Order: sequence, then C-alpha cells, then structure tokens
Amino acid sequence: MVAPKMEVHALDSQEKIVPKIIRPKLEIKDVGKIFKTKSGETTALEKTSFTVEDGEFVTILGPSGCGKSTILRIVAGLEESNSGQVLLDGQEINGPGPDRGMVFQSYTLYPWLTVKENITFGLKLKGVSQKERDDLARHYLQLIGLEGFEKHYPIQLSGGMKQRVAIARALANDPKILLMDEPFGALDAQTRTIMQEVLLKAWEESKKTILFITHDVDESIFLADSVYVMTARPGRLKKKIPITLDRPREFSMKSSVEFGNYKEELLSLIREESLKSIK
Amino acid sequence: METKWFTPNKEISKMIYTSAGFVTFIVVLGIWSLLSYGGFVNPLFLPTPTAVLAAAIELFKSGEILSDIGISFSRVLTGFLVAAFIGIPLGILMGSLRIMEGAFEPLIGFIRYMPASAFIPLLILWIGLGETEKMAVIFLGTFFQLTLMVMDVTKNVQNDLIDVSYTLGAKNFQVFTKVILPASLPGIVDTLRITFGWAWTYLVVAEIVGASSGLGYMIMQASRFLQPEKIIVGILIIGLLGLITDILFKSIYRASFSWMRKDGY
Repeated sequence: MVAPKMEVHALDSQEKIVPKIIRPKLEIKDVGKIFKTKSGETTALEKTSFTVEDGEFVTILGPSGCGKSTILRIVAGLEESNSGQVLLDGQEINGPGPDRGMVFQSYTLYPWLTVKENITFGLKLKGVSQKERDDLARHYLQLIGLEGFEKHYPIQLSGGMKQRVAIARALANDPKILLMDEPFGALDAQTRTIMQEVLLKAWEESKKTILFITHDVDESIFLADSVYVMTARPGRLKKKIPITLDRPREFSMKSSVEFGNYKEELLSLIREESLKSIK
Repeated sequence: METKWFTPNKEISKMIYTSAGFVTFIVVLGIWSLLSYGGFVNPLFLPTPTAVLAAAIELFKSGEILSDIGISFSRVLTGFLVAAFIGIPLGILMGSLRIMEGAFEPLIGFIRYMPASAFIPLLILWIGLGETEKMAVIFLGTFFQLTLMVMDVTKNVQNDLIDVSYTLGAKNFQVFTKVILPASLPGIVDTLRITFGWAWTYLVVAEIVGASSGLGYMIMQASRFLQPEKIIVGILIIGLLGLITDILFKSIYRASFSWMRKDGY
C-alpha cells in the first residue's frame, strides 16, 4: 500500500533536485500543562521541547504521575496545552485527527463490532471501498498474527489479542504517527515481551513513526531508537538516550552486555525520580 | 444444613437455588390457605385461593377481563412509548453533552420527586378525563426516571472509547451515532425493561379516577361491591403482565447483544 507512493516521491525529487528542507516528523515546542485544582494550580508538565524523526521509534520513560501520558494526549489533540505548540510535518495540530493514531492502555476495541469491523472502523469513516477494506483487514490481521479471528468479538479475545487488534486498527488507518500510551501496561510479563516483538515487526513493515509511553525500562530500551527519560512531577524531559542496538531486535538481545549497560543507566536515572515522587 | 448456604457470595447449586424460590412461594401460599381455610380471617377481607381461582375462571369465561387487559395494556404502552421516545434521546444528550446535563438535570432531578399521582387533579383540569389523561399519568410516572437512567448509562461509556474514535477520524456526530449509541444500547434496553415495570405500577393510580374500563377500574369496582377475590385476580394479572413484558425485554436483550457473551450465542 505505502511502497508505490514512496517510489514516486523518490523519482520526483531525483528529477527536480529541489533542495529539501529536512524537518522532523513531530516537533514539540515549549509544550506545558497546568491543571487547576481546588487547592490551586498544579504543573503536570513543565515546558518541554523535543523532536521525533520520520520513521523513528521513540519511547518516553518515566515514573507514574510524571505527565508522560499528558504529552501524548496533547500530541493526539485530546488535551489542550497551556503553552507552546505541536507540529506534525510542519503543520500545527489543532484537535484530534486520524493523522495521529492512538493505542491506549485500557482496552478500547468496540465490543459490539467484530475484529474485522474494528480494524476497518476508521477506513469506513473515510469512505474506503468495501473491497479495499477487506484487503487491508486481511493484511493487518496477518501482520499481527490473528488470521482466522476476523469474526470474533472482543469479549472472546485475550488481553494481548485485544491490543494487537487495537494496533492493527490504528495502523490500518494509515496515520502519520502512532501514539502509544503504555499499551502493554495491563498485560502479564510473558505476553508483554511477545507483544513487543509483534509491534516491532509491524513497525518495520509499516515504517511508521512511533511515540511510545512506558514505565518499563526493558521495554523502553528494547523498542526504541531513542529513549527520553522524564523527571517526577512536575514532569519534564531529563535526558535523551539513543539506543544503538542492532535492528531487527531479537529477544536474546535483552541478555546482552550492551542492553545491560543501557538498563543500568536508565534504572539509576529513573530510580532517582521514583524516589523523588514518593517523597 | 450445609454451611455454604449461609456463606456470603458463595455459589450454590442451581437446584438448591430454584428450590429456595419454590419454598418461599409455597410458604406464602400456605399462610394464605391457613388464614382463609382455617377461618381465622373474614372471607370478605381475605378470600380462599379456590375462590380466587373460581373468580378468575369466571372473569375469563365471560371475556370482560380480556377487554380490560387490552385497554390497560394500550394505556401503559402508549404512555411508556411517549416517555421513551422523548426520554431516550434527551438522556443520551444529557449524558454526553455537559451543557445539556447542566440545563436539564436540575429540573428533572427536582420533578422526579413529585409523585405522579399528585398531578392527577391538575391533569384532569388541563386535559379532562379521557384516554390522554391516563397516558399522561403513566408518562409522568416513568419519563423523569427513564431520562435520568439513560443519562447515567450514556455517561458510563468509557472515555477512552470516545477518545480513540476521535483519533480514528470520527467527527462529533459520528461519535454519537457510531460509538455512544451502540455502546449504551444494552443499558438503554435494560432501563426500558425496568421503567416499563414501573409503568404497570402507575396503571391503577391512573385508572382510579374517572375511568370506566381497564384493570384498575375493575379493581376499584370490585372493592365497591365487596368482591375481594376479583381484586386479587386483578392484582395478580397486573403482576403477570409485568412479568411477561420483563421476560420479553430480557429475550430482546439476549437476542440483540450476543457480543456481550463469551460464547457468542
């Protein structure tokens, strides 16, 4: 689906040799959030700036309550920031839209729709033809390893399966960026590691840009090109750590020395913050 | 005696469960029989079960009760349907738009504590003693509760389910029709089942004043002519009709929302 478009694009730029300004896929500039409560104002997120490159997999790692979900919800357009702006492909975002797909921690499949109807929900809204919807549904079902489940209802699926369908539903809509808010947070540890591999496979195939929130150190390293560590509330980005482990990532890498070094560094960073947050 | 019968939340076998209900029923019937056959109570106050049965057979044979049932049923149904047609959309809007909740919740929350029966004199002044007045009582008795219950059902639609719809490209109106409505439909059907039961309880109130037909009228007439067995037949029939509609709603629920059950049937 995506490949032919990219080829045309490449030809165009070769022929015209237009100097191309390379800008990040996602730019977050001075975005901050203040919540008003009875006892006054609480800063949930201090003014934060960072960028995500096209096709990059970025994870944001932080202790609970640090405002990492707030960043994601602001990028999704589900919450308004009190300052700054979010640019997607250079365009300022204004409210939620299908160019920013999202997967939540809670199970958000429509329980009255089958797996296939869930995956094609956004496509149907867009007016994509039945035939194309069927093809895309088949493609994504195969990508997430759930062939044969198209007629099942969400209640008949396990937690991991539901999240796979949620990923497929978001990808099928062909967003510019995929936002993931601790999508595996409610799954058991074994399922989680499998889901990470399923996600990486889908990411490599779809070449999407992904911004992924987690509080799981292993997960943040295993998935990412870059990990941003956040401070405890009021949240802000503390450090960016590029992860240079080989792609495609294998489960066995988790026991490598390199992985261990990253883990040590991140654990000590996050521990400082966790200690602050429980004070 | 098994101790698990009296352990909180402990499951018991289906047989024991059903038997418990049966025993209660027999006990009630037993006390009734003892009091009436035993001559402890004047039969003018409490007729024997056989006298009630005989009255019921008589009423059905002559056919007069069938037309009463028909008239009562149409009153309950019309009053209830009008309440549902206004209450469901209003409740959905109140449950999903804060401004609608702000506008209507205080008023409806206030009126619902006013007894529907107290409105009867006013209704008679306004719309007379005809069919409309009977339906209006049923309407007043159910509308406000129904609207508030639908509002609650709609409010309970998971926020993330609505948020994810926006990220899939749904516009405000589509969120209503394609997410909030199907998500709250099972709760709405259940609300209808419960409020339809209440509609039956307002029937007698509606038919006490100025009616010349219906089950409530029949009960009032029987009271005037000292026919307690007819009163009991009337009450039992209203109960049975309520039970039948309840079962009907439950089967609609089962048939429509198979996606709520793991086995899919």
